[in-house]
Amino acid sequence: MTTRIGFTLLGLAGTSLVALSSSASAASTEYQDIEHGRYLSVVGDCAACHTESDAQPLAGGVSLETPFGTLMAPNITPDAKTGLGDWTFDDFKAAMTEGIGKGGYHLYPAMPYPTYTLMRDEDLRDLWAYLQTVDPVDHEVDANQLPFPFNIRLAMMGWNWLNFEDTDFAPDPDQPDDINRGAYLVEGLGHCGTCHTPRNFMGGEGGDKFSGAVIDNWYAPDITPDAHKGIGGWSEDELVEYLKTGGNRYDFASGPMADEVRHSSQYWTDEDLHAVARYLQSGAGLADDWQAEAAPAALDAENAQVSAGSAIYFDRCAGCHTPDGSGETGMFPQLAGSPVVNGDDPTSLIRVVLAGSRAVATDAKPTAPAMPALGWNLSDDDVANVLTFVRNSWGNAADAVSAEEVAELRATLQDE
Amino acid sequence: MATKLPRTDAVVVGLGWAGAIIANELVDAGLSVVGVERGPWRDTAKDFNIASVTDELRYAQRQELMLRTAQNTITMRNTPSQTALPMRQWGSFHPGNGTGGAGNHWAGITFRFQPEEFRLRSHLEERYGAGSIPDELSLQDWGTDWNEMEPHYDAFEKLAGTSGRAANLARGRQAGGNPFEGVRSSDYPTPPLKQPYSPTLFADTAREMGYQPFPVPSSLVSETYTNPLGVTMGPCTFCGFCTNYGCANYSKASSITTVLPTLIRKDNFEARTLCEVLRVTTDSDGRRATGIVYVDSAGRQWEQPADIVVIAAFTFENVRLMLTSNIGEAYDPITRRGTTGRNYAYQTANSVQLFFDDKNFNPFIGAGAVGMGIDEFNNDNFDHSGLGFFGGGSTRVTPIGAAPINSRPTPPGTPRWGSQWKRSTVDNYASTMSIGCEASNYASPNNYLSLDPTYRDRLGRPLLRITFDFTDNDLKMAQYVTDKVTEIAKRMNPRQMVAKPRTGPWDGRPYQSSHVVGGFVMGADPSHSSVNKYLQVWDVPNLFVVGASAFPQNPGYNPTGTVGALAFKAADGIVNHYLRRPGEMITT
Repeated sequence: MTTRIGFTLLGLAGTSLVALSSSASAASTEYQDIEHGRYLSVVGDCAACHTESDAQPLAGGVSLETPFGTLMAPNITPDAKTGLGDWTFDDFKAAMTEGIGKGGYHLYPAMPYPTYTLMRDEDLRDLWAYLQTVDPVDHEVDANQLPFPFNIRLAMMGWNWLNFEDTDFAPDPDQPDDINRGAYLVEGLGHCGTCHTPRNFMGGEGGDKFSGAVIDNWYAPDITPDAHKGIGGWSEDELVEYLKTGGNRYDFASGPMADEVRHSSQYWTDEDLHAVARYLQSGAGLADDWQAEAAPAALDAENAQVSAGSAIYFDRCAGCHTPDGSGETGMFPQLAGSPVVNGDDPTSLIRVVLAGSRAVATDAKPTAPAMPALGWNLSDDDVANVLTFVRNSWGNAADAVSAEEVAELRATLQDE
Repeated sequence: MATKLPRTDAVVVGLGWAGAIIANELVDAGLSVVGVERGPWRDTAKDFNIASVTDELRYAQRQELMLRTAQNTITMRNTPSQTALPMRQWGSFHPGNGTGGAGNHWAGITFRFQPEEFRLRSHLEERYGAGSIPDELSLQDWGTDWNEMEPHYDAFEKLAGTSGRAANLARGRQAGGNPFEGVRSSDYPTPPLKQPYSPTLFADTAREMGYQPFPVPSSLVSETYTNPLGVTMGPCTFCGFCTNYGCANYSKASSITTVLPTLIRKDNFEARTLCEVLRVTTDSDGRRATGIVYVDSAGRQWEQPADIVVIAAFTFENVRLMLTSNIGEAYDPITRRGTTGRNYAYQTANSVQLFFDDKNFNPFIGAGAVGMGIDEFNNDNFDHSGLGFFGGGSTRVTPIGAAPINSRPTPPGTPRWGSQWKRSTVDNYASTMSIGCEASNYASPNNYLSLDPTYRDRLGRPLLRITFDFTDNDLKMAQYVTDKVTEIAKRMNPRQMVAKPRTGPWDGRPYQSSHVVGGFVMGADPSHSSVNKYLQVWDVPNLFVVGASAFPQNPGYNPTGTVGALAFKAADGIVNHYLRRPGEMITT
């Protein structure tokens, strides 16, 4: 299994916090601690990078393709020779919160220590307790396969100086408990910003927080409270539904987000998911002066791309997505008012038209309907025009899509 | 030599409608189940892309979804005195292959049989007298009744999202549905499909003549529907590529659109595809099935031991497996002894084609099960006294779509090729419609299934041999119902009409219907049936054979609704009765 990492060095792990922590900790038994640690490992989706084969859970070996070269996620089972068998809790904590491995070497931030650093001690202890219960597997992994000069781990000192802040999670006393828990989940183990916040040239988080970013030829959309292109127009329940079941009336999780739902967020507690939704939709994590951009004016129906796209839409798309773009809930996403349709970057839209996409299957929504690939009989112009129509109809408004953008992604996907 | 695999609680052969339903019920009851399927794993997302599924050459002409005849076919003859020949290209019927089975390419018409059907012989003798059934018909009761069947029909409709209009609800009657249906515990899960022009015109005329038209019940759903298993379907778009095609819109119910997406996620279920079952294994006295032997796609043979064996393949293969496994006694048409292969029956298809000058039906707007029907000439809904036959048919207009290769209606007398033919197809394409009458086919002692003495499949096993022809009863019935349909057609005032009652002999070349039934029939009397009312094989209590093979005869309705109901009935028998006293025949 190979996990590609686009603009970032950070892994796809998704993580978060806990339901029971403060109230139950006093009474917790060893079993509860370990079970809680197991839950945290799911929230953090450790397996996404550390499990290459289901037969050998957490024994490492998933290769992470980064712009800087290949990294292999290490064996984190308690095997003495090839895993973490000789590590102590303090060694584990240093890795999780400072990016320092046993013996003092620097981890690469493909391991999301810049966000895991927010984890509370009691959660780290439970997670560590759980990892001790995993079957040890003798499996040697050569973690660092980067070319010179990136293979020099000491260079991470400079990266950390510029991109990493070793800090503990500090609840905001002005916010209610659920918002604070949402913050802990989103900013810590869940590390939503890893994909949804634009990166700088070094792979650190750089641009406007949660404003959307391209990763692995998918667009991780804006998850600010912007009602036009973010998640401000979704109800709290719709956002929870998306994370829990893999889809809501606007969208199905696909691409890397499908993996996240499949392995992680469908198993989060409802309480944690609501906390995440409230935190994201409150905008509490954004800059104090954040405000939604004014929505652009829609291109009018006489625009050459819009009118050409309209004909294609009614011929090829309306059967499922319906003539008024309202879709069929649970089967075919609603396009009218859909934030990903109105997003700044059309990468995901172009991609699903060209190559198709399949919704994630979850226990709650096992159907997993698919968008068929249409790239084989729609030209670059056709795709650009129909998307420009969709992005400027039924109240939607967004920049036109160009045939050049389509051609470029088509070439990239064909290389994959 | 087969390699023996670890035992499982139950093995289910075939992952079409019946097998998937039963496997899911058994898995939910806590059993570990292995599903074995002869064909490939089929999946809407992977196999039925909306941009490529509308391919008439690939699916209708070259029959991509059907069983390959090089893998397995049947031999056919009309009478016991003839020598049967193999069918090398599917004509008369279309056996499916792969998960979903024939449910992938069916039309979606989902009738419930009427209450009288389940006690047909008793009913006819009560109404027309003890000696009224002629010797050429071997009609039988099913050993069950409406009250036992109704909950299972209800379960199947809810699984499939069947659209329609109820008439006879337990809480009272309502207008607009089929007045001849048995009393229903609940309404259809989704409302009727919208109707194109040709069924609307037919229904208006029928209503004027005093008949009671109703929307054809359809498992092409009319709106987004999530079934009790949590699987979601999307509304039919009338794309016109339906019968013979897989559905790209998730609208046509089949096991791949209603059951398998959730079943395959369950830990105690495993599907093995491209695995063809060779035989059912039994213990030394043949009174207990011990499992199955199958061959995988690499040609390796495996023995899968199981406590419960469920055979849920297509009619033909259900019967062939019983014959090749020596289960039950093979039927002999001379002595009329034996039950395996007995009471094979088909469907009697009739139609009247109507050519108009002043109508445009837009026939490309269609779906396998959209349409309007009447039931006044069906089954025993009319008095058969003095008519000289029993049975009847479901009369309806169902525009299934009009794809370019096959939909070239021309009136009689038109040349078969050349410029005049081309002109005629252009003139008539949009202005021609047809009224069909899908009529009963009543079992006869000379119609039966057996192993062919000459022809074998690629694995060396004898092919199944069909001996079949239409009886005088069916041919008289066909003429009668076609005359009735012609009266309606005449009233619709076409320029020209062509009545096509079914005539003998049975010809295997043109497509007629895939509604092949019987051969391993259900009943209360082991001397005339192979399985009891729970589809449990007489004298082999841990073996269940499920499907249209259990129909003792075929009424004037499409079979799939009843196949689905029988699957739920068999599952109910296993879970709620058999598991309490395993190894015994169910007696309740």
